[in-house]
Amino acid sequence: MAAKSQICTIWLGSETGILKGVSLSKKQAFNFCEMSSLSRDQEVCVMAWGDENESEVLVGSLNGTVTTFSTDKGIFTGSRECGDPSQGRFTGLAVTDSSLITCVESGLLKVWKEGSTDTVEVNVGSGICRMRQNPSQRHRVATGGKENPLKLWDLERPDKAIFTAKNVAHDWLDMRVPVWVRDIGFIPDSDKIVTCTGHHQVRVYDPSTSQKRPVLEAQLGEYPLTALSLTSNQNTVVVGNTHGELATLDLRKGLMCGCLKGLSGAVRGLQCHPSLPLVASCGLDRFLRVHSLEDRSLQHKVYLKSRLNCVLLSSRELESSIVDDTGDVEEVKAEEDEVWDTMETVTEKSKKRPAEQEKASVTEVDGKKKNKLAKK
Amino acid sequence: MDTTKLSTSDSVSKKKGKKAKKQVQSDEKPVVEMDAVSVVKEEKSTSGATFPPSFSMSEIKNKQRRHMMFIKLKQEKRKQKLELKKKIKREREALGDKAPPKEVPKTIENQRVYDETTVNPEDEEVAFDEGTDEFSAYFNRLTNPKVLITTSDRPRTRTVKFIEQLATVIPDAHVYYRRGLALKRVIPQCVSHGFTYLLVVNEDRKMPNGLVLCHLPDGPTAHFKVSGVRLRKEMKRIGKAPTEHTPEVILNNFTTRLGHTVGRLLAALFPHDPQFVGRQVATFHNQRDFVFFRFHRYIFKNEKRVGIQELGPRFTLKLRSLQKGTFDSKFGEYEWVHKRHEMDSCRRKFHL
Repeated sequence: MAAKSQICTIWLGSETGILKGVSLSKKQAFNFCEMSSLSRDQEVCVMAWGDENESEVLVGSLNGTVTTFSTDKGIFTGSRECGDPSQGRFTGLAVTDSSLITCVESGLLKVWKEGSTDTVEVNVGSGICRMRQNPSQRHRVATGGKENPLKLWDLERPDKAIFTAKNVAHDWLDMRVPVWVRDIGFIPDSDKIVTCTGHHQVRVYDPSTSQKRPVLEAQLGEYPLTALSLTSNQNTVVVGNTHGELATLDLRKGLMCGCLKGLSGAVRGLQCHPSLPLVASCGLDRFLRVHSLEDRSLQHKVYLKSRLNCVLLSSRELESSIVDDTGDVEEVKAEEDEVWDTMETVTEKSKKRPAEQEKASVTEVDGKKKNKLAKK
Repeated sequence: MDTTKLSTSDSVSKKKGKKAKKQVQSDEKPVVEMDAVSVVKEEKSTSGATFPPSFSMSEIKNKQRRHMMFIKLKQEKRKQKLELKKKIKREREALGDKAPPKEVPKTIENQRVYDETTVNPEDEEVAFDEGTDEFSAYFNRLTNPKVLITTSDRPRTRTVKFIEQLATVIPDAHVYYRRGLALKRVIPQCVSHGFTYLLVVNEDRKMPNGLVLCHLPDGPTAHFKVSGVRLRKEMKRIGKAPTEHTPEVILNNFTTRLGHTVGRLLAALFPHDPQFVGRQVATFHNQRDFVFFRFHRYIFKNEKRVGIQELGPRFTLKLRSLQKGTFDSKFGEYEWVHKRHEMDSCRRKFHL
């Protein structure tokens, strides 16, 4: 069990409440849950890394609990009641050094201090679709939702938002433009924030200036954008919509760079690898897809049997898996495979936990192509 | 005398043909040329006309003559084919039991690309997913289907007739005139009146061409293309009008995860316990992603033979999209969208 969870590089939360781990190097997928006690109210809404070195995954489920999954041990190590389900589902989950930040749809943002029961509560307004934490300044979060503009909060001074976006000017018919923030991203090394909306716009805000309206707006397609992720080279952003269209967008001019093909259902979760040019996407079509951002080709495609809500990439292990895939010496690869094979048999014999794992075939789409590129 | 002449001419023409090929680089394959030559041979024996050695039939200017020769060529080919067939048959008979087994013809269905979403009936996770989805209330016998059938605005005769006939196939179906109402406003009313399905037939140029099937109260919504509609009046040898008994339902070939969902969607249109007295059966047969609908009455003639009689109507459905939730084409989340240029690049890949 532990060995299985240690080789997993991509973690996914499904609508059926199952936490899934995928190892791209071994082309295997595992379920980490008890199949006997499945229920729909365990549906995974949000996921986040519990600590810096990515040994814990925090899973926020529909019934208002946040469970901790240890990737080293491969078991759930703890759970915590964070709000009741009547407040709506989780829209965001984040950790700071000593506390846990949760946000629900009704707009109740709570900071749960470690070891104490008192919480800081902030009402950020109703209809929240997403809460995100600034990865560089971890006490700052941004919220936004339906008829709820982008707000930036400093959790050390939670009385008032430090930045509230202003709606764009009325349109050419002099009608108010509706607000619907669906996802938020912080541009690293700057104060800028990028959002995508349910009305297919991508907007960049700059809280450091006095301008409260977006400094850049781009229209993309005609369907609601559901997810957004910043790539490792700060200038581009990947967005997905409800028709399963993924596009990369250049933030300097707001132009589309290209589309990532292969999806057939709405995108629910999207994450770019922090260092490699890779993006993982999941959604209602029950597939995890990993695209390369360089040539926009589909690298991996894994069928995971349930509708997927969120995806979490590990920064270090995926890299090693990729090295495995693109290993230029075939023999070394084979040897490694042998090592892994032996390891696997041992773990299967020593399987004692009641939790069940299942293997699903991971189809590598463009492995050969990658090899060729590497040789060149 | 004749034979010698022919043989010489044949050889000459062959040689010259080859030369000509080198020089003129004609596009014809050698086989074709040989055939043309053989025709020339025959022509000579009958009429004695002489043709230039590098002869192709399309060079004949006279249309009637060209046509006649083409027919002859065809006949010749067919004869050869038949002879080959007979020969193989004779060989098989001669070999008797030792004959090699007949080859299975290649079709794009049996060459189908494996779909990894194909549902394994023992799969716990899929079973749980299906057991708790939106149709579980119907399959756990908690609800009975009640269907509202309507059309696009101002339907023409054919569409009206089509929905009337659909209403005779689906038990507990209520046909309503659309009255220019928006579907998003109709749906809450349907839910409050206890309908479990909203079925909308769209038309283009007086022909029904689209079908929106929305499961209530909370989705999913499927959008189908409708083609090949044949109403009862247009069908030959149809039986008497169907009775009010609830029909049996046959769902064929819905194997993938998406196919399962669509199959469940279609199955939940009909009430649970079929009345076998009516001897009526509705079939949804999936073949190459097209879902064929047929409605039959059957009779057991004796222990081995069954007679069927079609009752109509017939139509074919093709899934365009499957959307989570009730009808909302603008803001709804799609579980599956058919993308023509991306998905139809392989002819052997099927989604249902």
